[in-house]
Amino acid sequence: MSTPSDLSALVRERSIIVCCGSGGAGKTTTSAAIALCGALAGRSACVVTIDPARRLADALGIQELSNEPKRIKGPWPGELWAVMLDAKGTFDDLVVRYSADPEQADRILSNRLYRNLTSALAGTQEYMAAEKLYELHASDRFDLVVVDTPPTRNALDFLDAPGRLTRFLENRVFRLLLMPTRASLRALTVATQALLRTISKVAGSEIVEDAVAFFRAFDGMEDGFRDRARRVEELLADAGTAFVLVAAPRRDSVDEAGYFADRLAEAHQPVAALVMNRLHPDFGPGGDAARAAAGVATAPAPAPADVVDAGDGVETGPDEPGSTADPFPLSAAQAEESLVGMRRNLADLISVATYERGYLELLESKIDGAVVKVPFLSKDVHDLDGLAAVAECLTGQVLSRRA
Amino acid sequence: MTTNLPRVDRGEFCRQSRLLVVAGKGGVGKTTVAAALARMAADDGLDVLVVGLDDAGALPVLFGADVTFGYEEVLLYTGPAGRVQGRVITPDDALLEYLMDHGLRRVAKRLVSTAIPGIREILVLGKVKQLERADSPELIVLDAPATGHAVRFLTSATGLMDAARGGPLRAQAAEVIEMLHDPVRCEVLLVTLPEETPVNELVETAFRLEDEVGVMLGPVLVNACYTPVAGVGANWVADPETLAAAAGEPAIPAEEAGRLRGAAGFRAAREAVQAEQLDRLTANLPLPQLRLPYLFTPEVGPDQVELLAEAIGRAIEALDPAVVSVAGP
Repeated sequence: MSTPSDLSALVRERSIIVCCGSGGAGKTTTSAAIALCGALAGRSACVVTIDPARRLADALGIQELSNEPKRIKGPWPGELWAVMLDAKGTFDDLVVRYSADPEQADRILSNRLYRNLTSALAGTQEYMAAEKLYELHASDRFDLVVVDTPPTRNALDFLDAPGRLTRFLENRVFRLLLMPTRASLRALTVATQALLRTISKVAGSEIVEDAVAFFRAFDGMEDGFRDRARRVEELLADAGTAFVLVAAPRRDSVDEAGYFADRLAEAHQPVAALVMNRLHPDFGPGGDAARAAAGVATAPAPAPADVVDAGDGVETGPDEPGSTADPFPLSAAQAEESLVGMRRNLADLISVATYERGYLELLESKIDGAVVKVPFLSKDVHDLDGLAAVAECLTGQVLSRRA
Repeated sequence: MTTNLPRVDRGEFCRQSRLLVVAGKGGVGKTTVAAALARMAADDGLDVLVVGLDDAGALPVLFGADVTFGYEEVLLYTGPAGRVQGRVITPDDALLEYLMDHGLRRVAKRLVSTAIPGIREILVLGKVKQLERADSPELIVLDAPATGHAVRFLTSATGLMDAARGGPLRAQAAEVIEMLHDPVRCEVLLVTLPEETPVNELVETAFRLEDEVGVMLGPVLVNACYTPVAGVGANWVADPETLAAAAGEPAIPAEEAGRLRGAAGFRAAREAVQAEQLDRLTANLPLPQLRLPYLFTPEVGPDQVELLAEAIGRAIEALDPAVVSVAGP
């Protein structure tokens, strides 16, 4: 049985934490909360987010795509930084870095095919997330970089991403497209011309012209890109890198998390921790929430006794004005109906907690790492207080509100 | 649509557009909602085709059909009058078919797909358009990619028009845009949950789809809404011990009463969040809403889909016809 302290060890010791999981599992929030844990532990932590909900982005001060991390000031001993991944800008930086001269960079950056590439080539966003991770790590400005992976249906994309761009650039067909610039005219073979005609026939000749111009402009940069992709891959496989699975207790999310756990194990990069978000409280006999509710039951019930504190800051009281004066406003039949409703609700919530426990056990059996349970929070997380609440669930660290 | 109709007819609703594109953020239950819509239309007598864009392994399970789900159409559900067939259209399949149709060989596949940005999306939409133009089925329900991807998916045609100034691919893109702009042929139904972030994303996506794609948006489907339960209000809960006394029942043990109270309190808090978010959705997006009940079951199968289909049907009938016709052509 794992405890939250396992995740706090990761937060204190690792230099990179990659959060992966399906869309809607709470990855972005979890990533930001893990970075906050790092700052609370006295480290300089930076979170790379992909597509944060607007209010969370506002709270982190990162309303716009940027390549430059922004610092979030707060009452923690370390530093907290955040950056919203600009895949296109990151790609542009790579092009500038590996081009031989500014003219080559300009030719690529202004090419129409290139301008579409980041959004069109599957896995480009994933690769740019990995690239940004590498860049931030290599800058030595941060002790911990936490990255939120793009919500891809295929969980493999992130791991495969660096290799994919290299393969794209090394595609045999594109080598052929490059040939006229680097070989004698005789090398512009019948085969090459046939291929060009094939693409023209399907796509129109302008697209072919753009593509040819793009790959010609790229000529000579493949080695730099390939080398960079290899180093990014090495960093992802490094012992300082931890993969944290983020899942919600839903069938699809659990299936995807399980699949990702298997894939990471195959890649000899086992899951370091599982964060299970949005768990319902267990109101079954002996369940966690039942114990909490017992406190409510034993609390002295002030008259009128027909209402109690519902918890979660919910105002309680009969919804009809004046009925507080009458502690028994209901007929026997109405009371019976309400009681049936309450029992039904309890049974429903117990069944939810039961199957969620099953999902948790299923994932626990697949991984060796820490398992952290985050309860269903009554409000969506969109500010530092919300992140602090998640951080406390993750590692038990408490954000002290006085600076 | 005439305004003297007391209610919206579900059959008429299903026949309003030939193609329903169901889109929403990951985790909102988009595929389940797509299945329920298909089921409702089939139960209303329509011949329905539900199309998935990836493995979509969930769809046969949702209809309780033990079939191999792939590029070929398979029967998923037979109702008293209508039926649901299903198939997958992956970008690879669509591309291969397109190349074959244009007399190109399989080897051209990889080079074309990497050389032409957006071609995969456009060919999937092109294939959907081809199905939409065919004589049957009467209704196509497309389980679209998760939003973010959905906007990109639906704007791919416009992007391609920008890149390709000629050729058959441009013609394909033009035809897809024509379909997306025609409310008789196509409308987009967005799915969300009654929670803050999904509501925000839905509102944002809705405006982007209207601005960038120019597609008609149908009612919003709000999935997993708690339905009212006696004894649990949106802001208050009754006390089980008091209720037992009022009902003349034996006293409830304190431990059980505590759990009943705790569970009701949790539900009440969730309902309060839900009510607030539904109000926000109403205030920020002038589209009718169809609310689907929260299911307290882990696995969704044909029984749950039937239940949701019924709920959608009832919600459609409860819509204000004036509102629906405003959203119409």
